[in-house]
Amino acid sequence: MAFRLDLRLGIDVGGTHTDAVILDRDNVVVAKTKQPTSLDVTTGVRAAIAAVIAQPGVDRERISHVMLGTTHATNAVLERRRLHSVAVLRVGAPSSVAVRPLFGWPADLVAAIGGHAEIVRGGYEYDGREIVAFDAEATRAFFTSVKGEVEAVAISAVFSPMFATHELAAAVIAREVLGADIIVSLSHEIGSLGLLARENATVLNAALTEVAREVATALTTSLQEHGIDASVLFAQNDGTLMALDYAVRFPILTIGSGPANSIRGAAFLTGRTDALVADVGGTSTDFGMLVNGFPRESTSAVDIGGVSTNFRMPDVLAIALGGGTIVRQTPTGVELGPDSVGYRLPSEALSFGGSTPTVTDAAVQAGRATIGTMPAPAGHERALSSALDIVDSMIADAVDRMKLGKGDVALIVVGGGSVLIPESIPGVSQVLRPDHYDVANAIGAAIAQVSGRWDEVVSMAPGRTRVIEAACAQARARAIEAGADPEHIEIVEIDEIPLAYLTEPVARISVKAVGPLGRL
Amino acid sequence: MFIEAGDIDALARGCAVLGTGGGGEVSTEALVARQAIEQYGPVRLVTLDDLHDDDIVMPVGGIGAPSVSAEKIGSGDEVEFLRAAVEGILSLPVGALMAGEIGGGNGLYPIAAAARMGLPLVDGDGIGRAFPEVHMASMNVAGLMPEFVVVADERRNSVLIRPIDGKWAELLARAVTEVFGGSAAMADYVMPVSRARGAIIEGTVSQALRIGRAVLSATNPVAALVEAVGAVKLIEGKVADVERHTAGGFVRGSVVVEGYGPDAGRLVRVEIQNENLVALEDGAVLACVPDLITLVDSQSADAVATEVVRYGQRVAILAFPCAPIWRTPRGIEIAGPRAFGYDFDYVPMEAGHGVQA
Repeated sequence: MAFRLDLRLGIDVGGTHTDAVILDRDNVVVAKTKQPTSLDVTTGVRAAIAAVIAQPGVDRERISHVMLGTTHATNAVLERRRLHSVAVLRVGAPSSVAVRPLFGWPADLVAAIGGHAEIVRGGYEYDGREIVAFDAEATRAFFTSVKGEVEAVAISAVFSPMFATHELAAAVIAREVLGADIIVSLSHEIGSLGLLARENATVLNAALTEVAREVATALTTSLQEHGIDASVLFAQNDGTLMALDYAVRFPILTIGSGPANSIRGAAFLTGRTDALVADVGGTSTDFGMLVNGFPRESTSAVDIGGVSTNFRMPDVLAIALGGGTIVRQTPTGVELGPDSVGYRLPSEALSFGGSTPTVTDAAVQAGRATIGTMPAPAGHERALSSALDIVDSMIADAVDRMKLGKGDVALIVVGGGSVLIPESIPGVSQVLRPDHYDVANAIGAAIAQVSGRWDEVVSMAPGRTRVIEAACAQARARAIEAGADPEHIEIVEIDEIPLAYLTEPVARISVKAVGPLGRL
Repeated sequence: MFIEAGDIDALARGCAVLGTGGGGEVSTEALVARQAIEQYGPVRLVTLDDLHDDDIVMPVGGIGAPSVSAEKIGSGDEVEFLRAAVEGILSLPVGALMAGEIGGGNGLYPIAAAARMGLPLVDGDGIGRAFPEVHMASMNVAGLMPEFVVVADERRNSVLIRPIDGKWAELLARAVTEVFGGSAAMADYVMPVSRARGAIIEGTVSQALRIGRAVLSATNPVAALVEAVGAVKLIEGKVADVERHTAGGFVRGSVVVEGYGPDAGRLVRVEIQNENLVALEDGAVLACVPDLITLVDSQSADAVATEVVRYGQRVAILAFPCAPIWRTPRGIEIAGPRAFGYDFDYVPMEAGHGVQA
């Protein structure tokens, strides 16, 4: 080989900024940039790529991998734009008809995806028996009735995460009727048990395929234009990476990757595996917990654009406090925000000659920060000082709500507004402010590992140890399939939930395996 | 009074609180109820006084593993199969439906069927909360027998059980449910209004609605909930440990909550058998069955079910008094701490601060 392939390009699309970093083989930051996030997202991504590879020391021919954490899918669902028309098929009658598909969805979202849905006979019991035989004829009739009106198909069957046969049979019919190229999302590949939430996620996934293809095309084209020939990976909601073709099949998994990237980036920049992470932005601060090297996951159901899904997302506590949060003197005392000057901080804040008191000005007055162009004009001292007390108590309260156990934890601070965070916080053993804190998210994408998850309900009759070993082997196999190096895969999570009201010992086992990218 | 589609969210929240960790998932049952009301119209909520003495009340509910019923949802027809079976046995029409248990998804269970069949729903239930076993019913406390039990599935299968007592009703119904695929519909303690008087716990549907509305309209949902049910907040903190295992067809285990803020330094352990049974601190009983112990999210006051409680979750533990019938000697015998294998006597939650277990 004429040149070495030893650089990685990490990109993270945030609400305000799109960041890009180049890391070398030893994960040293070679170059970084922050560009404004564009309305269409893609323009900002292209600008960030152009800016970061133009920096000295970046030999674009040496870039082996490009990792993207993006909000394209989230925005498409929230804005109901560029979504495919989807034929929604549920296999499960005579069970599972008491709630029809898409019931409870926002009407505009149903309209955006066409609202075609049907329930046919079939599906499985938890123990593998058929509820009733799969109704191939009714399935064929439904797909025939929507021919020409849909661009994608979403198929869910009762207990498919354990027994996928009926979903696979329905997919064969979908391709026969609607063409071999029709987009098909199968629920057993997308989510775990909980029919309605899994079906919802499957429908959104099918609807998002066009968006995912556009992003993939835009990114690969942009890379080609810049002479970068690299494998492309997408960041997903658990802080790990998936291959480009996988992201096109499962675009819904990109939703929630931002907080995951910031927590993983903070872990990498400090070398910690367990700590609290604060990502301080312009208008809000996200607190997340780093446990065993990964973000702690939320316990509550995740709502995407008004639709309930059963995705696991990082457990994030967001508070309305960022660098641009406005300080107001009221008759009863000082109040903070929740509004912010946002990206206009360098023109509107007092420390930059503006006229709006912000919490950044409070931090400057107290000597926590030395940013800005001029001292704040007189007359704001007391308000800013009270404001900083409020800031400190908000942070202390958030820390207390996030951390577990009696012991103190380390707090890693990243993001543009991190000067707000004081050095001493109750319950915090030390505050870590790593280099490159401002681009932690893009770094998080660039250093992320590849994962495989296995989540099914199984009989515990063969014995707990054997059942869990088998589950771990499945999770490993999935990680390898996604591109992980087989030599370095670790099992990072084993969850076991026994099922009530069944006399046979049956449990839901969920295992996650992760490993670094192979071929690096 | 009618239950409209717009009432379901509040009712579901109230039922979840009264579920004390069990009673089945509410979110799916809430969708089932809403869809049926939108399709067939609102459900008339009646008191026993609104009905005739010989009108037949059919208590219904789902039986099985909540994780199965979240995956395999009902057909909506099961209660009609139950009614057909019951009317065949009694040769009398069913006059009203009632929730067998108000706690959890089962509190919402009869609503869709009532809407579809145009039957009124009794404002009351057979427990006033959730309990894991069929014989733990206020009708049993009042001396009624579950003379027959009908279990039905979505395929139109139904099984008639004629048990010798409540415990056999439980064993047989559970065995049938497993064959049906781990979830089924059940009617038990079918009775005329005259016998329901004093044997059911009246007013619990309105109570659940009131709880849900109080929480939904509050700026401080936990405080509003405490006030709405007359609860004591035992602790607010983080779930520091969760231990769960299956034994005898139930999830058993415990949840430890470590206090923060004013409760920093305290640890409260809740012991579970599907529902939350006992709250302990330093070996002392703070509250126990049949009083209600509910874990709620510390921000939203949403009830946290036994099967989803997780390490790190931020919760408040609330205890509030059960219906008076449970505090009778027979009520405590059937569903007090000794009925669940504990070697201590019932401690009313109002007094339960520092009584050694």
